[in-house]
Amino acid sequence: METILSIKPLIAVLVSICVVPLLVLSKKVNVREGWTFAAAIVKLLLVLSMLPVILKGNQIVYTLAEVVPGVAIRFRVDALGMLFACVAASLWIITSAYSIGYMRGLDEHSQTRYFVFFALALSATIGVAFSANLLTLYLFYEMLSLATYPLVTHHQDKEARTSGRKYLTYILGTSIGLVLPAMMVCYHLTGTLEFASQGFLAGACNRGLAAVLLVFFIFGFAKAGIMPFHGWLPAAMVAPTPVSALLHAVAVVKVGVFSIVRIITGVFGTELLSEFNLGVVICTIASVTIIVASLIALSQDNLKRMLAFSTIGQLSYIILGVGLLSPKGITGGMLHIAMHAFGKITLFFCAGAIFVATGKRNISEMVGIGRRMPWTMGAFFVGSLSIIGLPPTGGFLSKWYLVLGTLEANQMTFLFVLLSSSLLNAAYFMPVVYRAFFPPPEKAMFENKIQEAPLFCVGPPVITAFISVALFFYPEPFFRLASMAVRFIGGN
Amino acid sequence: MSDLIVAVLGKYNYWLCIVLMMIGLYAMIAKKNLIKKLVGMNIFQTSIILFYVSIGCKKGATIPILEHRADHSVLVDAAHYINPLPHVLMLTAIVVSVSTFGVALALAIKIYRKHKTLEEDEILMQLRSE
Amino acid sequence: MMEHYPAFIVIVPFLFAFVVSGVAWIKKELCFPLTLVGLGLSAWFSVCLLRQVATTGVLKYRMGGWETPWGIGYHVDYLNGLVVTVVTVLAFINLIATRKNVTEETPEKEGAFYSLYLLFIVGLTGILLTGDLFNLYVLLEVASLTSYALIGMGSGRAPMSSLNYLFVGTVGGCFYLLGVGYLYIMTGSLNMADVATLLPKLYNSNAIVMAFIFCMVGASIKMAFFPLHMWLPNAYGFAPTAAGSLIAPLMTKVMVYVLIRLILTVFSVDFAFVVMKMGDPMVWMSSLAIVAGAVFALSQKNLKRMFCYIIVSEIGYMMGGAWLGNNAGMTGAILHILNDAIMTLCLFLCAGSIYYRTHGLELDRLKGLFLKMPVTMACFVASALSIIGVPPTCGFFSKWYLISGGLQAGQYGFVAALLFSSLVNVVLFFRVIEISYYGDFETHHGHGSSPAVVMESPASMLVPLLIVSIGLVVVGLYTCSIVNHLIAPILMQHGF
Repeated sequence: METILSIKPLIAVLVSICVVPLLVLSKKVNVREGWTFAAAIVKLLLVLSMLPVILKGNQIVYTLAEVVPGVAIRFRVDALGMLFACVAASLWIITSAYSIGYMRGLDEHSQTRYFVFFALALSATIGVAFSANLLTLYLFYEMLSLATYPLVTHHQDKEARTSGRKYLTYILGTSIGLVLPAMMVCYHLTGTLEFASQGFLAGACNRGLAAVLLVFFIFGFAKAGIMPFHGWLPAAMVAPTPVSALLHAVAVVKVGVFSIVRIITGVFGTELLSEFNLGVVICTIASVTIIVASLIALSQDNLKRMLAFSTIGQLSYIILGVGLLSPKGITGGMLHIAMHAFGKITLFFCAGAIFVATGKRNISEMVGIGRRMPWTMGAFFVGSLSIIGLPPTGGFLSKWYLVLGTLEANQMTFLFVLLSSSLLNAAYFMPVVYRAFFPPPEKAMFENKIQEAPLFCVGPPVITAFISVALFFYPEPFFRLASMAVRFIGGN
Repeated sequence: MSDLIVAVLGKYNYWLCIVLMMIGLYAMIAKKNLIKKLVGMNIFQTSIILFYVSIGCKKGATIPILEHRADHSVLVDAAHYINPLPHVLMLTAIVVSVSTFGVALALAIKIYRKHKTLEEDEILMQLRSE
Repeated sequence: MMEHYPAFIVIVPFLFAFVVSGVAWIKKELCFPLTLVGLGLSAWFSVCLLRQVATTGVLKYRMGGWETPWGIGYHVDYLNGLVVTVVTVLAFINLIATRKNVTEETPEKEGAFYSLYLLFIVGLTGILLTGDLFNLYVLLEVASLTSYALIGMGSGRAPMSSLNYLFVGTVGGCFYLLGVGYLYIMTGSLNMADVATLLPKLYNSNAIVMAFIFCMVGASIKMAFFPLHMWLPNAYGFAPTAAGSLIAPLMTKVMVYVLIRLILTVFSVDFAFVVMKMGDPMVWMSSLAIVAGAVFALSQKNLKRMFCYIIVSEIGYMMGGAWLGNNAGMTGAILHILNDAIMTLCLFLCAGSIYYRTHGLELDRLKGLFLKMPVTMACFVASALSIIGVPPTCGFFSKWYLISGGLQAGQYGFVAALLFSSLVNVVLFFRVIEISYYGDFETHHGHGSSPAVVMESPASMLVPLLIVSIGLVVVGLYTCSIVNHLIAPILMQHGF
């Protein structure tokens, strides 16, 4: 495994920062949209260009500046980071197309500010994906929190303000109050913060301290939505749907989960955790969130809130998978990062399309909508299949590996958690789809006035639904990347 | 007991300085009139000046001007003269003290012009009602 | 010519001050350019001096050629080279940025204001460069007197606050003088390096202990270390804008420098930590200062007063770092002198810019400012992030060192106070950001000021503000080189 020095990671991060002045200065909206697309395509191409190198088993490193003795702002592209970056970069293009349709369809204000902060948020996401050490990860994590605030509070009304406050309290409060001290203690113990294949804390601390640090990190990265610090996610649903879709189904939440995966694999290492028996702790915390979130989702009427709680549950699948500390489990967890992203974003796109076309937000008001918006609800159906974990969607693959992982690790309780939560997922998704397509005639809410949402709003969910299905048959490159990442941390 | 008397009388210059310092501090804190506070501050500064000057003194020594004897030689014996350095330093400190007093008086005049009184409690009442 | 830099840095503004106050009688328009030249020269010399010290090492300068310890010597090493550069450069930037504020708030007194400005810098640079204890007192009083006058030039509650500050500040200066007096009695010398060689034999004497305590208390009063901070919020809060943004970032930090200089050079690390055993209690006091400053800041309704209490908190950071007694802590303290000066200047310049356009700094007057003054508010956000401690701004890195030092020294209370302060800062600043992000901007209901449409400040204010904000990030990224080249050598020299 060689380490190649290349400035590509830095450029991939900087592309969207550099496009910001161009966005601000464009006089015509089409030019501005054009720049967004251009930046998204360039970013995806850069990320993809590094893919062959990674698939061969090498890594790309770039150091920006050493800022503290022993710690630098450094980028390292490895299999796990590449997996996440591919997901984020590819979905940005699709979301940009969707955003245009959505924002124009609703004639939203401050669109330039929206696109600017979207670009910055994506920059931070790629930065997190390519971070080589905890400090760089923390830097981009905070940048993401700050860049997404104007997006969450886009509507600038009272509700937005309260939600924005909640958002910041949960996210900045935990990162400064929990992650920062834990990071400092790690530095104090070892003098370095670089992610290592077997964790850099190996041999540097005892069980008690490791447990405390682990808990601090898991709850500190509140973007992962672990309960009880999940409250910001439903609150953030006041944002425009493209924001909810990309950021809160893909970027922000996945950054949180990705950070925790990095902590588990790169800071602690699977060996340390199994030695101290801390894997069970991780899985228990995750399971609580999975079950409780699924139960709450059952009772939600607002479609986006239901999807929010579904997301909270699904994120903990990833953590559960990695916490099993078995190769198949970790593979399943990492794979789920990609599968869930495509599935969930489909669902959010559909929710937004429904809102644009009908102005409806609540599930109870969506009876019979399938007849009028077949493409949208079809995509919704495929997306929910992926989330539940049924073939022929990609979500099945990741669930399959998670189940295999619990068997491998001999953890029957968590197998039970996985299966029961799948049932719960079905319980809250299927009625929506069923009632949309097969309403009892007297309850059908929609006569002929409603038609399909504009193309920019319907196209993206159909595309991502299609990808979800395609991933079942051909899960590359995500599967390969996940397996490589697992091999890497398994002790090279 | 005699030790105590010796300790007090032997170091009377330090005690005097402390007493003056406390008087000055008391005036600065307890008095309500701005000018009285100013005077207290001045007393405080003066006590420190006196402290410095007093440490230069020696028993049986004379003022620090070189003594010319009958045979035109100069008596240069440090023990014969009191230490002039503290005096020199205190000249600077006196200047500082006077300048501070001047600035303070200028501020007091400005305050008087605005509030027509120099009593601190009256001024605070006026400020609060603004 | 080059070897006279230490003298020039102090004397050039001094001469220009007199020229400016003379010229004010003849032609008022020349005052500002002259001040600019004087201060610019001083800043330029500081930078050159720093470069010189970085290459050739410690610089000793004899005033008038008199050898120490009889004459006054200026002693320039990395520590004061760094701080003097920061002071002069920031004062220069502030001069340009607050020009319009001065014209607006103290129109007839421009000449006096600018000559006092220069004299204040004379005082500060003198404190920083001198190697003589009594000379430090003299220049300390010069700086203090000019700051009293600068603050007293304001309107409203300014003269009263300044008088109060005068009383407290004089007591502080006198305590320092008393401490120096004790040192003189015991060692017979006033030169810092000389005293340092003479002191070790005298560690057991009570007089030296008293000297240390008096010097510490004097410095603490002047740096507004809790609970001796009562003068600061009023004095800096009611000062005229330009005076506030000059004095607030610089004065208290220079006093922190004085304290560090006393600990490192004069009294030596052994005395302060081993003989006096003051490390632990002082760290607890600092933690208290940090928490108190943060809590008081929460209850403030005025933006500038909020900043003043944040300064009190930041002083707690520096004192705590200095008294931790390890390399990381002292590095953090010295780094924070640099970083906090820049951050505070940025904050006060933002406040000045906002005040220039809105004539009010009450928090509820700031509604909707993000739309009206985007550049100012963007810079405000940058400095807010730095004070909260978000990488890659400089504030994060000094916090890093302070927390590292705290963990190494086992001072978990200090670490907890630092984290608490960061969280409180998040609340403080996002409260302001929230208010200015939402809501319509209300035009104030005429207190005699013009109900102007609020727009962005003029370029002469924005450009310096932008430079300082960008500086926050640049200094942050260059932390490692600053620490390795400028701070580590000093600490190694003094046995840290």
